[in-house]
Order: sequence, then structure tokens, then C-alpha cells
Amino acid sequence: MEPKVNLIPIHIMGKQYMVPDVLTVMKAMEYAGYQLTRGCGCRGGICGACGIAYRLPNSYKIEVGLACQAMVQPDMYLAVLPFYPNKRGVHDVENLGANVDTFKALYPEVFKCVSCNTCTKSCPMSIEVMDYINAAMRGDVRQAAELSFDCVMCGLCTSRCPAEISHANVAILARRLYGSQVVPRAEHLAKQVKQVKTGKFKEGLAKLKSADLTSLKELYKAREAEPDNAPDEWAPKSNDYL
Amino acid sequence: MPYTPELKQLIKKVEATRPERVRRKKEGKEMPAMSLEERQAVLDAFHPDCKKTSKRPIGVGVNKGYAISPEIVDTLEAKSRVDPDKVDLTPRFSTDVLVVGGGGAGAAAAIMAREQGAKVLVLTKLRMGDANTMMAEGGIQSASKPHKDSPYYHYLDVLGGGHFKNVPELAEALVADAPETLAWLESLGCMFTKEADGRLLTIHGGGTSRKRMHYAADITGAEIMRTLRDEALNYPEDIRAIDFTSAVELVLNDKGQCAGVVAYNHETEEYFTVRAKAVIMATGGSGRLHIQDFMTTNHYGATGDGLVMGYRAGVELCFLHTVQFHPTGVSFPDQIEGLLLTEKFRGMGANILNIDAEQFVFEREPRDVEAAAFIRECEERKKGIATPSGKVGVWLDSPMIDDLKGPGTVQREFVGKWKLYLRHGIDISKEPMLTYPTLHYQNGGLKIGAKGETSLPGFYAAGEVAGGIHGENRLMGNSLLDVCVFGRRAGEAAAGFAKAGAREGKLNLEHVKKYHQELEKAGLGRDRVSPVLLPDYVNPDVKKYQLTTSYVGTIR
Repeated sequence: MEPKVNLIPIHIMGKQYMVPDVLTVMKAMEYAGYQLTRGCGCRGGICGACGIAYRLPNSYKIEVGLACQAMVQPDMYLAVLPFYPNKRGVHDVENLGANVDTFKALYPEVFKCVSCNTCTKSCPMSIEVMDYINAAMRGDVRQAAELSFDCVMCGLCTSRCPAEISHANVAILARRLYGSQVVPRAEHLAKQVKQVKTGKFKEGLAKLKSADLTSLKELYKAREAEPDNAPDEWAPKSNDYL
Repeated sequence: MPYTPELKQLIKKVEATRPERVRRKKEGKEMPAMSLEERQAVLDAFHPDCKKTSKRPIGVGVNKGYAISPEIVDTLEAKSRVDPDKVDLTPRFSTDVLVVGGGGAGAAAAIMAREQGAKVLVLTKLRMGDANTMMAEGGIQSASKPHKDSPYYHYLDVLGGGHFKNVPELAEALVADAPETLAWLESLGCMFTKEADGRLLTIHGGGTSRKRMHYAADITGAEIMRTLRDEALNYPEDIRAIDFTSAVELVLNDKGQCAGVVAYNHETEEYFTVRAKAVIMATGGSGRLHIQDFMTTNHYGATGDGLVMGYRAGVELCFLHTVQFHPTGVSFPDQIEGLLLTEKFRGMGANILNIDAEQFVFEREPRDVEAAAFIRECEERKKGIATPSGKVGVWLDSPMIDDLKGPGTVQREFVGKWKLYLRHGIDISKEPMLTYPTLHYQNGGLKIGAKGETSLPGFYAAGEVAGGIHGENRLMGNSLLDVCVFGRRAGEAAAGFAKAGAREGKLNLEHVKKYHQELEKAGLGRDRVSPVLLPDYVNPDVKKYQLTTSYVGTIR
């Protein structure tokens, strides 16, 4: 099938280039001749390295997005934001309180939020950014963590914020507080760590390490498989090496 | 972009054969799996690893004669980006531990080296955290449940996956450190998916005998990476990260130790020297070398730089003769080409179909067999589906999952991919996906010991750049574990070496000069420089006007 190419004009950092209308902004830049040295990462919408800001003709709006996800549009006028300057509070996550005082101490500007919701409107991941900022203001660590879970830390919300909040850093603080302090630690994991430290598995592993290929293959084939639909409590018949 | 009218016509054929396929599946009438002989035949003829042209012996250096992917050999049979006689070896920066690469292994190494009292410098050619670790979805393995699992069983699984070729000490380190490493991530605040009482949820992965895949929704790697990055950046006095700056060559001293790197500032195009008492290579994999022109699931920076730097300094390579391909990468829409479509789609029953909407392979063959069958269908039988940009693919019939398991299943079980495709105008619960094998993982790399140490004193390697842990084939969920375990180990060991083993000495690049002489003698590498640093996707029509492309000082 012969590809049909329809070229449209876009303006990258002020210069006009004609590019195929089926491309993302990132691919259009490469088509135009850029070898990207910044503003490019996973190329799949998860790393947050390729924020862009742009305007469209006949609109007063500033639009933002990720270059690897946003499609080119006729006469879009764009700049790449490989990162946006962010403020970061230095902390020791294990000795912080999972409460509002922590946000007050590290990110007092959070409380200057004017509830304009521009952060939410600018989020390429469709996160309720303002809602998690409000949760942080209330000291609701759980909600701030859960609402911000999909954050790729591109900083586009910060670029648009009249209160100059570094949302992504507030969000990861909330998630780390939640993960390390609010959610109970896994007891089974702590137990296993202790068992490893006492050297419980050393002998079994030593046997495997020195086993010849034939017996290793036999042991491999004889492994007892946990059924896919088994409940977590399932236990193998043999507990020789547990 | 949504499917073109031409592709929509072809989807009608898929819809036409679907009810019959669903009916057969519900009755348990699966397409038969291949016999072992059939598998071997399709592998020998079509798996990228088995193709006659898939390997070329390395012409110079410590592994001379070892046959690996020509694309990697090209980077080894190449000159340095710098003239070793011209580099100013007066250090611009000095540090205890230098970490090259800001991914999972690099960040973990930096954190642990600091904990041992070392001052750390991290060089990263993009930004801290721009790495394959960020893109890993599925999970992290660890035998965390004492009532049914232990490092013993994890070890057996790892060895079986690796064709029993793994280096035993490395596999042991991986599985024995796994519980502590997971607990460490938990203490740093990684939001793993848990029960209300704190119990970690676990599932199976390919080749696991116990459910030990831990996850954070479907963005496990991103959750681990952003947490490690945040922790590393939390000690600005002790850990300094320099973004958009590559390492291009190791620097040695006259005591025969690794003592730093030649670095390259991508912005100012300056090459300068960083002195360090120990160096940790954590540059990741090489998917962006596009072995045999395959698309890749890899990050933009995965160009195998660490292999080149280590090799020039005499560090051996191992297990690079195998490359992991994943059968189902995205081949349309272009915006997300190469991106991984999890094995779970096929696990839940989605058929694989050709242009005539016929099944040509059972959907749950082993990864390598499945991939080879796709390639055969497209290359030999010419029954692939062409995309508007000239690529090819086969159908992964995701909508039949809803027919099999009830409406809403696709949206619920694959919410990330469902949303992603929807952004491009495709509802994967209603329209099938176009897919083709994609380059996924560099199984081998620099030869290391259990602490990440190499044959060169003061030089360590961790993560995908190192080889031997996974033997000839890595299992799902063991790469996130690998970067954390060996990043931590290398960080501790390098800090220890910086304290106790490192000796002052005059810096030199004699190994590069020697390597150049060897290349010259073999008549190799005259027209190439490496490491590659970043891929080049510039439009060829533009490229022919870029008349400075032979100037080796820039990225080009």
C-alpha cells in the first residue's frame, strides 16, 4: 500500500517546517531534521521528558502536552520544555510525619493555591492535580498519593501554576510518605529478610550452585508449581527448602 | 491515529471470523501447539538470533573472535570519539565514586555508595531517571512469602529461564538479595499493590513456579525509578547529578586502576575529565542500536555505551550472543511503535491472525517461537498487514477477550493500554491491535563478579550493561530486581574500594591508544566512532544536507 503523505506547516521554536500530518510532535521534529539530545525519553508517554507548550491559530490558549504523544496540528507554534525548574524540599522520609505539617514545612507555597484548576487542565496524564494539592493542604496523605499515582513528573502543571507550586515533588513526597508510613509494612517480607540473614537458605543454594546440569534439570522439572488460581495461602507439599 | 479506511476493511475480515473462533475456544478447541521439531524448524529459519547473518565475530580486543550482533560489533570496531593524545586529563571534577548512568542501577548504586560515606557524582546523558527502568511495567520478583517460596525456588526458576547457562554466583546474589531489596524499596516508600494488612499481592510470570511477581499497578518500573531518583536527589551535599552529560571513555591510572572517565557535555560540546576513586558503569542496554532493524521497547538512550567503554579497557563481554525479542510490540499507530503489549493479552485468549484473518500460530507458544512464527508469516508467506508508514504486523485480536470473559474485561484488565490507544482513536475492546516482534533486552554484557566488580580494579558494572545473571534468557520481573540488587551491591563495593583500595596515580588513556593501534592493524573502524550516545532518527532527505555529519565532535 503506497503511503500518501499530506504535509502541513508547523512552527518549531519559531521556524516553519512542512511535516506529515500523521506524526507526533517528536517524530515531526526528527522529520524536520532535529537529532534530539534533550526533550526525549521513553517515547511512550511514561517518563515525562518531553513536555511541550504550543499555541494554535485563532485561539488565545496556551496548550501543553508530551511531544511523544501529541499529534501535529496545522500551524501549531511550539516550544519544547525538556524540564521545568522545580523546587525540591530535602527530607528524610522515614522521620517525617505523614501529616499536614510536613507539607507546611517543605512546600509552604502549596497553601497559596488559588484553586484555578489550570494544573488539572494541563496534565497530559489526566490527573486531578488540583484535587491532590488540596488533599496535601488537608494533610490527607492517602488521597494525595492515590490521586497522583500516574504522575510522570513532566512539570507542565508547574509551568502553568499562578501559585508557583512544584506539584510533582509535592506528589512524590505524598506517595513516599504513604508507601513508607501509612500503609502497613509486609510482615511476611520482614520475616523472609530475617531468614535470609540468618543464613537459612545458604545450604540449599550451595547445593544448587554445585549441582551438575543433569540433576539441575531434574530438580527444575520436578518443581511444584503453584496453580494460577490458587489462593495466597496455598502451600507446596514439600517444604524442604522453605 | 485511528485505523485508515484500508485497515478498517481488513478488520471486517477479523470480525467475520471472530464468532467461530470464540465458539471453538469456549469449547476448548484450541489451535494445536507446535511439536518440538516444528518449533526448532521455525526458530532455525526465522528467529532473529538463529539467522546466519545475525552474528559477526568481533575483530579486535579481549573477546576477539566472539560472534555477536553486528550492530554491537560495529560499536566495538570503532574509534574513540576523542583523540586520546588531545584530551586534557586535568580533572574538572573529582569524586570518590562516579556512577555513569542515571537509571535504576545508577540511582541505587549512588544511594548505597553514599550510605557507605562516599561522595558520589552521577553522569547521565539525558536526565536522572530517563531509563528503561522507568518503562518496566510488569513487576519485580522476590521470594517474599516464607510459607510457600524461598530463594531456592527462585534460583531454580532463574536457571531454567536462562537455559541453565547463568553464572551461579550471580544468580545466587540475585535471588538471595531479593527479599532485602524489596524491603528496602518498601521502606523508601514505593507504593506496591498490597492488601489492607500490608500483605503484598503477587502473581505468576512466565517461568515462575511460585507467585512472586510484586507490582505497583501496571507502572512498577516507574514507581521504583521515581522513588530511587527522589531518594538520590535527596542528598545534594553528597550526590551530585549532572544531566545531559555522557561518559565516552574510561580513564585509567598508572597503578592499573580505573580512575575516572572522559565526559562529554552535550550542550557545550566540551570533553573533560572526571577523576574518581571508583567508577560504576550503569548505562543500561542497547535496544536503540536496532539490531537487525527491529523496533524496540527500549528507552531513547539505550545505545550500549558501557559495553564499548569497558571493552576498550580490556573488560570481557559475555552472553551477548543472545538477544531477547518480545513477540508483541506495537506496529501501529506509529506514535507508540515498538511499545510492549503484555503477554497477558494472549494469556487471556486473544488470537493471532494474518491479513486474511486466519490463525497461523497458537497464541501461547514460548516467546521466541511465537516471534519467529510472526516473522515467517510476514516475510516468507507475505501474509502480514502493511501499515500506512510501510511497516508490517499481524493482528492481536483483543476484542475477543470481551467475548470470552464478558464485556468490560479489556478495559478493566488492560486499562493503561486501553487509555493509550484511545488517545489515538482506537478502542482495543472493539478493534484488534497490529503487532510485530520488538527488540526487548540485552541478555549479556560486561563480565562481573557478585559485587559488580570487573577484571579492572576500581571498575564496577550493574544492571543491563552487565552479563551472566540471566544466562541466555531473562525472565519477566527479574530485570527490575537485577538493577536494584546489583546497583546496591556495586554501590557498596565501589565505596569500599574508594576507601581502601584506590591508589593515587597519574591518569592516562593508554588503553585507548592501544585499542586504536589494534584497530588500525586489523584495518577496522576507520570510518566509525563510538559510543553511539544517542540514536539518530533524522529524516534522510534532511540528512543529505547536513554537511557536517562527518565531524565527530558532536553527537553526529
